[in-house]
Amino acid sequence: MTDNRFFNRSELIGILVLAVFLVAVLPLTLDVFRLNLVAKYLTYAFVALGLVICWGYGGILSLGQGVFFGLGGYCMAMFLKLEASSVENTKIQSTPGIPDFMDWNQLTALPFFWKPFHSLTFTVAAIVLVPGIFALIIGTAMFKRRVGGTYFAIITQAVAAILTILIVGQQGYTGGINGMTDLRTLKGWDIRPDHAKIALYFFEVGCLFVCIMIAQFVRHSKLGRILVAMREKEDRVRFSGYSVANFKIFAFCIAAVFAAVGGAMFALNVGFMSPSFVGIVPSIEMVIYTAVGGRLSILGAIYGTLLVNFAKTSLSETFPELWLFGLGGLFIAVVLAFPNGLAGIWGDYVQPRIERLIASRKPKPEGWTDGSVADGAPAE
Amino acid sequence: MSDETNKGLLSPLRRKLLMGMAAVPAITMLPRTSFAQTPATSAVNTTGLAVTDTEVTVGILHSATGTMAISETGSIEAEKLAIEQINAAGGVLGRKIKFIQEDGASDWPTFAEKAKKLLVNDKVAAIMGCWTSASRKAVLPVVEQYNGMLYYPTFYEGLEQSKNVIYTGQEATQQILAGLNWIAKEKGAKTFFFIGSDYIWPRTSNKIARKHVENVLKGKVVGEEYYPLGNTQFNSVINKIKLTKPDVIFTDVVGGSNVAFYKQLKAAGIDLAKQPLLTISVTEDEIDGIGGENIAGAYACMKYFQSLDNPNNKAFVPAFKKMWGEKTVIGDVTQAAYLGPWLWKLTVEKAGSFDVDKIAAASPGVEFKGAPEGYVRIHENHHLWSKTRVGRAKLDGQFELIYETADLVEPDPFPKGYQ
Repeated sequence: MTDNRFFNRSELIGILVLAVFLVAVLPLTLDVFRLNLVAKYLTYAFVALGLVICWGYGGILSLGQGVFFGLGGYCMAMFLKLEASSVENTKIQSTPGIPDFMDWNQLTALPFFWKPFHSLTFTVAAIVLVPGIFALIIGTAMFKRRVGGTYFAIITQAVAAILTILIVGQQGYTGGINGMTDLRTLKGWDIRPDHAKIALYFFEVGCLFVCIMIAQFVRHSKLGRILVAMREKEDRVRFSGYSVANFKIFAFCIAAVFAAVGGAMFALNVGFMSPSFVGIVPSIEMVIYTAVGGRLSILGAIYGTLLVNFAKTSLSETFPELWLFGLGGLFIAVVLAFPNGLAGIWGDYVQPRIERLIASRKPKPEGWTDGSVADGAPAE
Repeated sequence: MSDETNKGLLSPLRRKLLMGMAAVPAITMLPRTSFAQTPATSAVNTTGLAVTDTEVTVGILHSATGTMAISETGSIEAEKLAIEQINAAGGVLGRKIKFIQEDGASDWPTFAEKAKKLLVNDKVAAIMGCWTSASRKAVLPVVEQYNGMLYYPTFYEGLEQSKNVIYTGQEATQQILAGLNWIAKEKGAKTFFFIGSDYIWPRTSNKIARKHVENVLKGKVVGEEYYPLGNTQFNSVINKIKLTKPDVIFTDVVGGSNVAFYKQLKAAGIDLAKQPLLTISVTEDEIDGIGGENIAGAYACMKYFQSLDNPNNKAFVPAFKKMWGEKTVIGDVTQAAYLGPWLWKLTVEKAGSFDVDKIAAASPGVEFKGAPEGYVRIHENHHLWSKTRVGRAKLDGQFELIYETADLVEPDPFPKGYQ
């Protein structure tokens, strides 16, 4: 068995299957409306992917990923909103040329921190750097002081609550509870028609695979093993001379940046950003996606996100008044019966059978013994 | 065209023939006279909406779950009642209304997603929906992009006008100005204290109210405070009220916060029988939660109260209770939601078509004489002409009508001098 830096054989197959599924199967079978919904779901897959590294491997449960999702999303939305608020589009306002919500809140000039968002280059940099640096600050403040576990989870929740209140309260600068709506063009290119939605979908899938590769790299590198070691026995890693705090900060920052990329994709695909993605509830939902998919599995998290969101949409369309109970039941069932989520089911039940089937046909699989590699279960 | 047997007559072939011969009077081809009122689908639906020879589909899009469900349920019920009544009276252009209900789940992006689903997948001819401004702002770009028609029931802040929306509630000036005039005259009020929830509607409403108090009534605003949605601690603002002793407390606190606010006012010894309080955010629905004993004596400025004494309302209230239960109460927004399907029906019949462009163009001037609030007419700006009324809350949770404007008040979503 060759173990290159990115993936072993079964993981390679898994990634190829996912690629075929996202690039070929879904676009060919779904209409544009449903495909755009998938694009929306996949924005959460970025967050779930980050949580696999941070929570699944690093053991750091963050209940505030919505913060980073929101920061990324707001950066993107600010750029798009500025472009949509040209003097021409807003001539009905008392002060044309500024976003509509500023006008409603009696602002007469663009606030200084909005100005750089006229530049796409700055925006793209900000999408990665703002949440990254923010995570670095929180991470440093917490992990250097050895705050971890439940306390860390609670603090991330508090941060999510604080940011929501800030956004809602400063509505002249942020759009308040309404959020930023009516985003129209990206550098003059209309993001609303069907062909744009399709293009954005493929762009998003491309970004997702880049993130999957980064996650795979982290997982297979020495770094990934240290993260797992830390999760299992933090003191021992510390006594071996590693700076536990730095590794934790790194994992947290990666998760934050992934979430931010997801948020930016959200603003692009949905044409919308609001504080309802920043708070505690969406942050916990994002953790649930990861839990359903399997927090130890990179691909599982993506399937989990898709499954939960599909269930959410279809249940709410079929039973508009009862769907929340169905969704709740699904979570309880998955967590009680399958603690490792979808990936656990796959690794424990489905994959061994497939392998047995293959093994019975091919009497001697060379260099590859049965059951040594189970996708979803940590290889370590 | 209500009986099932007629369906068979319109075979696909015949439908094709009808389409091909749109110019020929369709009735001559058909054996039943009931078809006389039913124009051919191809003629009334040129844009591929969900209209068949017997049915037309509309969407209902409100929060059935989440924090807003308590407010939006009344709207859903009113819209379903209106649809049932329209169907019982023969439908729209001879077609029964079928509705598809979607849950916005008190979540603005979900509203946008569901609106898109209704327009793109279900091809609904109109959407009755939204409640909060945030949900409307989320849905607005969708209905504009896919050229849908939205009937929006809630009183709201104004500063908006769209070809694709009919606003069946009042915009801010319609709701506020007449009420302030009345209380200034009646109570000789000069000083006002504003308390609101912290989002766009209270902020804009208070901005308009402040300009009116300062510029028109020559009074003074002695305090203006905002609290986050869902806030339940109002003690500090109540202390300020006691300190400043305003002639009128003017509030636009929304939702569950109201329960805490009025209870704490009462506990602090502020007697609403003596201290005038004018609210633009409490309807019969909210009093259900606040409790009549906590708010009795307060004045509310609305366009509809359940207790209105007119023939339309006397038919509407029992019909609503018969369908949804004796204990239900009907607030201002519920009544405005009831107007949606009716106005749509009347507009479709005026336009002679389900096409959204034709409906948007035909809307101005459409009048609904059967409105429970009395009489309404659609203005060129797609808002409604309606009266402003002031009611006084009673112990039993109902309002007693104290004052109403003599004439319909013109909607003015972009008020000059108030921005």
